[in-house]
Amino acid sequence: MKRFFALAMAALLVLACFGCTQKDDINKKSEGVMTYAEYAAAELESAVVIEAYVQAKQGWWENKATLYTQDADGAYFIYELPCTEEEYNKMTVGTKMKISGYKAEWAGEVEIIDATWEILEGNYIAEATDVTALLGTEDLIKKQNMFVSFKGMTLEASKDAEGNDVPFLYKWDGSGQDGDDLYFNVSVNGATYTFTVESYLCGKGTDVYNAVKALEIGDKIDMEGFLYWYEGVNPHITSVTAAK
Amino acid sequence: MKRILSLVLTLVFSLLLFTGCHGAKRRDAFVIPEEFDTSREYEISFWAKSDTNVTQTRIYEKAIRDFEALYPNIKVNLKIYTDYGRIYNDVITNIPTATTPNVCITYPDHIATYMTGDNTVVPLDALFANEKYGLGGSALRFDSPTLDEMIPKFLEECRIGDEHYAMPYMRSTEACYVNKTYVEKLGFELPEVLTWDFVFEVAEAAMEKDENGNFKVNGQKTMIPFIYKSTDNMMIQMLAQKDAGYSTDDGEILIFNDTTEALLSEIAIHAGTGAFSTFKISSYPANFLNAGQCIFAVDSTAGATWMGTDAPLSDIAEDKLVEFETAVRMIPQFDTENPEMISQGPSVCIFNKEDPQEVLAAWLFAQYLLTDDVQIAYSQTEGYVPVTSKAQNSDTYRDYLSRAGEDDELYYSVKLDATELLIENTENTFVTPVFNGSASLRNAAGQMVENVTKSMRRKETVDDAYFEKLYADITALYRLDGLSAMADGKAELGELPAMSKALIGTLVAIWLLIGIFVGADALKKCKKRSI
Repeated sequence: MKRFFALAMAALLVLACFGCTQKDDINKKSEGVMTYAEYAAAELESAVVIEAYVQAKQGWWENKATLYTQDADGAYFIYELPCTEEEYNKMTVGTKMKISGYKAEWAGEVEIIDATWEILEGNYIAEATDVTALLGTEDLIKKQNMFVSFKGMTLEASKDAEGNDVPFLYKWDGSGQDGDDLYFNVSVNGATYTFTVESYLCGKGTDVYNAVKALEIGDKIDMEGFLYWYEGVNPHITSVTAAK
Repeated sequence: MKRILSLVLTLVFSLLLFTGCHGAKRRDAFVIPEEFDTSREYEISFWAKSDTNVTQTRIYEKAIRDFEALYPNIKVNLKIYTDYGRIYNDVITNIPTATTPNVCITYPDHIATYMTGDNTVVPLDALFANEKYGLGGSALRFDSPTLDEMIPKFLEECRIGDEHYAMPYMRSTEACYVNKTYVEKLGFELPEVLTWDFVFEVAEAAMEKDENGNFKVNGQKTMIPFIYKSTDNMMIQMLAQKDAGYSTDDGEILIFNDTTEALLSEIAIHAGTGAFSTFKISSYPANFLNAGQCIFAVDSTAGATWMGTDAPLSDIAEDKLVEFETAVRMIPQFDTENPEMISQGPSVCIFNKEDPQEVLAAWLFAQYLLTDDVQIAYSQTEGYVPVTSKAQNSDTYRDYLSRAGEDDELYYSVKLDATELLIENTENTFVTPVFNGSASLRNAAGQMVENVTKSMRRKETVDDAYFEKLYADITALYRLDGLSAMADGKAELGELPAMSKALIGTLVAIWLLIGIFVGADALKKCKKRSI
């Protein structure tokens, strides 16, 4: 029994060490690279250098990529990163990157622009952080751009141009077509929020796009996505399932 | 000898085959059919731009339904874009595969690039003048404007070289939407015509803060007194007002001049204090204006429904809206006696297809967009102006203009003031020269304003050395040196590629072989005769 206990303890120790090593690797920053806390404290318009892992790609357009990246402590939205399409294809989910650019803010969204980059050794895919309880609080913005989840929200009606109740709209006002961004309202604790399926991130034919189109008013749902900001919180949803 | 001949012929045919395969398929110029064949079915595609405005989308859809009712054999497939750049990119991608749309909303700058294809865009003058199917034509099933009823200034904007390659669909200009309440609170009187000096002076005055770090004028932590949406237009209009160089009609680049540097230096001062910013750097001017965080918001008259406390469209939360009086003015001027402002707005072009009947069907639909119903309905969605005098002078439209302020929807006063601004100043509008590459030059003009503004916000030094590097970077980024060389007719094409040399060499050799064969054959015949 003692042998078995010792063996089990040793195995646990190895697992713990492995876990620590993984965490350390994610947290470890090269020389001259900011921690997330330093980045968060940096002034707008100042030069920033970060290391983070690609969590999703919003698209590539005219030799520029837009990425959601994250490290163990926070997230960074990388806007219009110059790269070729071939380079963009190498920036797969989990890829570690060093980004040097400028911290900026556009309509409330804090981002890194005018950046240069390099791919580094390392890989990390973040677990979604449940922020349901933070909705409507001032603490929510601290999680900006992170991969997050929302649990047990209710689909509320949106109004189309004719004033009808509909479960979702193509574009914010219903002016779009199939393939455009989907906008839908969800509520929790008596407050309603507008969430988006961003078509460049999850376009027509993706599971989440189809899932939102199949929703009915009153459905209880769980969601995952990125905590984007546009004049207030405007999450870019990547997954919708029935609430557990 | 026959073997040699067959070898030569094989070579010649092979070469012809290869050269035929190389490059895009040639397309014959469009010739107007005598009659529109109504016994056939046509399916045409229409790529349109909407300002993310559901009413505009509904108007396109209604126009298509009404048109299809008149021409049941034509089906129109609508594809909506919210960005001219995306339409341009998709068209460019589809030209080599001959999968362009039939009808497309676009800008003349873009058409100049589309025209580098072979008979890609249909020239419209012959269609305009066609007795049956032209403007006001006798065989049309709808009441179309005549050529004389097109606003000449707007039509002229669609001429590229000697031909019209587009027709105007809607026109707008830029306007300065002003928080008059704050201008007066700062101790200034708002003039009828703004000058750049006045706007910058008020903007700097608005930067004063109280002991808590709030801006005195609005009591908030945020205030960007002057925000410009389209910095391309900003630079283009400033240069035009100064009568300074931008480009020649045939594409010679003149933008890198002393006036440009002086204008950028002035902009830099106010970007440095935070009194000036741009849409690309900070976000939509309307959002700041409506939140009481901006005093002068310059945007298109086609953005008027977003401007002001009572604007029918808004992107910000209601609790952020601030009450103020909105005044609409023309963009700031250097010479208030001779105002100048850009003319902009969507135009329509038609792409050539193998089947002239299909092109004619596309033309009929494009022309339908000029009918009063479509023109008036679409113009009412924003501060747009109809492009025909027929629509502008109609009772329906005159009644619409006369009812400014009756409500905050259809008759929203800011929108109607913006519309009147363009109607009253149509003769003061201008467009920039259109040539292959003019879209790049336009982008370059705006990028210089963006770069200078960003640099000042980042506390960089903007001096002579900065401008030298800026001009070099912008020239390289937008390949402007290539454009100038093309305009001069001095483009250095360099040495012929090895493949071309080999091809020419082979052709020469074939002609030599043919010559030898013919010569030898003639000699043989001579010998036979002499025997």
